[in-house]
Amino acid sequence: MKLSNRTKVMEQGEMTLAERMYLPAIVGGMATTLKHFFSKPVTIRYPEQKRYLGPIFRGQHILKKDEQGAERCTACGLCAVACPAEAISMVAAERKPGEEKLYREEKYAKVYEVNMLRCIFCGLCEEACPKEAIFLRHDTMVPVFNSRDEVIYGKDKLVEKMDQRYLRDGWK
Amino acid sequence: MNLLSDFFLAKAAFIGIVFAITLGIAAYSTYFERKIAAFMQDRIGPDRAGPFGILQPLADAVKMFMKEDFIPANSNKWLFIAGPCLSMLTALMTSAVVPFGDTVTIGGITFDLQGIDVNIGILWVFGIVSLGVYGILIGGWASNNKYSLLGAIRAASQNISYELAMGLAIIAILLFTGSLSTKAIVEGQQNGHWNIFYQPLGFIIFLICAFAECNRTPFDLPECETELIGGYHTEYSSMKLGFYLFAEYINMFISGAVMATLYFGGYDYPGIDFVTAQFGNNIAVFVGMGALIGKALLFVFVFMWVRWTLPRFRYDQLMGLGWAGLIPLSMYNVVVTAFGILIGKPFTAGIVGVVVLIGGLLIHDQLFVKKKIA
Repeated sequence: MKLSNRTKVMEQGEMTLAERMYLPAIVGGMATTLKHFFSKPVTIRYPEQKRYLGPIFRGQHILKKDEQGAERCTACGLCAVACPAEAISMVAAERKPGEEKLYREEKYAKVYEVNMLRCIFCGLCEEACPKEAIFLRHDTMVPVFNSRDEVIYGKDKLVEKMDQRYLRDGWK
Repeated sequence: MNLLSDFFLAKAAFIGIVFAITLGIAAYSTYFERKIAAFMQDRIGPDRAGPFGILQPLADAVKMFMKEDFIPANSNKWLFIAGPCLSMLTALMTSAVVPFGDTVTIGGITFDLQGIDVNIGILWVFGIVSLGVYGILIGGWASNNKYSLLGAIRAASQNISYELAMGLAIIAILLFTGSLSTKAIVEGQQNGHWNIFYQPLGFIIFLICAFAECNRTPFDLPECETELIGGYHTEYSSMKLGFYLFAEYINMFISGAVMATLYFGGYDYPGIDFVTAQFGNNIAVFVGMGALIGKALLFVFVFMWVRWTLPRFRYDQLMGLGWAGLIPLSMYNVVVTAFGILIGKPFTAGIVGVVVLIGGLLIHDQLFVKKKIA
């Protein structure tokens, strides 16, 4: 019984003369390879040459500062709660008088650590943050570790440097 | 013979130069093979060793020498070592009769730019090429490995099958020249009377057979990875493997040179009279040598180009093409050529021969072959 009228009869006869001689097909194939011979290679020489991964690539974490150079993070712990891999830990501290230039809120993170072996770069910390303090930057990847001591990133590696601020395409 | 005569020294120097050129080109063929493969696949290819990776052959050679030289247990040790040596030896010996240029006079000594001008030149090429299969066969046999043996047997039967068609293609050339000497064949083609214009069919047959003789794709069944692991060199490592691979590249270059000699006028090039008149005989001859090497390198490129275009044949297809396709075709070519020489119009006969062949095949196709259902 036919289910549809789209059945195709696939019976094949002998090959035609041109097909049996192979040579026309070989010449055609060689023309194709020669075309590729003169076309531009698609290779990206990776360690020296990096591809743009898009404006929303989730790379290495950064703790943002505001325009005055004060840290935005208030150590609320929402990022640590949101983190499915439990990679974030922090110790909160109270801001002393005279430290208003350093910390934006009255409470700040004295220690802020991300375990880069646990982190799955899902970006949920970024979504959870109410102070727009933590971001996964789109232009930098976490480099390869050579020992376990390098795995936990503290504030020395995470806090934004004022002389090379991180800007996303959408913020400009 | 005086071993210190000027003539002898000049010949020795020339043979040394030919050896150096051959080996250098073979070494750099490995690099260019990888580069060409890369370009054809839209890649860049080796570019780490030196600028553009031109030191890659050196790095490969160092790697080859550093590797463990392994001889399998229960193998025939002496034959195992003799295999790659024989391959290399026969690959290098073929270049002795290729005429690289006309006679030059340097310092009062006149000599040919050719290793030896024997009157059986082309027969020598054939004999040595046939010997070349011994290298593969001995290596495969001595390895004490069934994959190696199968690869070696394939190589032997393939070479024997394609040598027949190759020989018949050459007979058509010999009908023109009347001599087996490669020098005479080249001299008969001077001033643009290249054999390719008289023998288009013969050239295609010879080219296909050359692919098979060099064990290059699409005829590289002896080293077919999918079926035979590595074929005859499965058990080989280190520089012995290197010798086998090297011999293949030398064979490619030499067969390119032989094809240039037989069909493309050897060291002939357009404007040879002008160069002779302007710069003298010696310069013209050396430019001719360059022309021959250029032609040979062009064939090496074609070898690589085909390799990175076509997949492998099946073994029965290979044998079918050799025995049922090329041998009748080359016999037809011999008959057409002989007829052309008999009536004194070889050029017309060559063209008419191809036209008649294609016409005949078309008629046969129309009458006897079942058509595809459109």
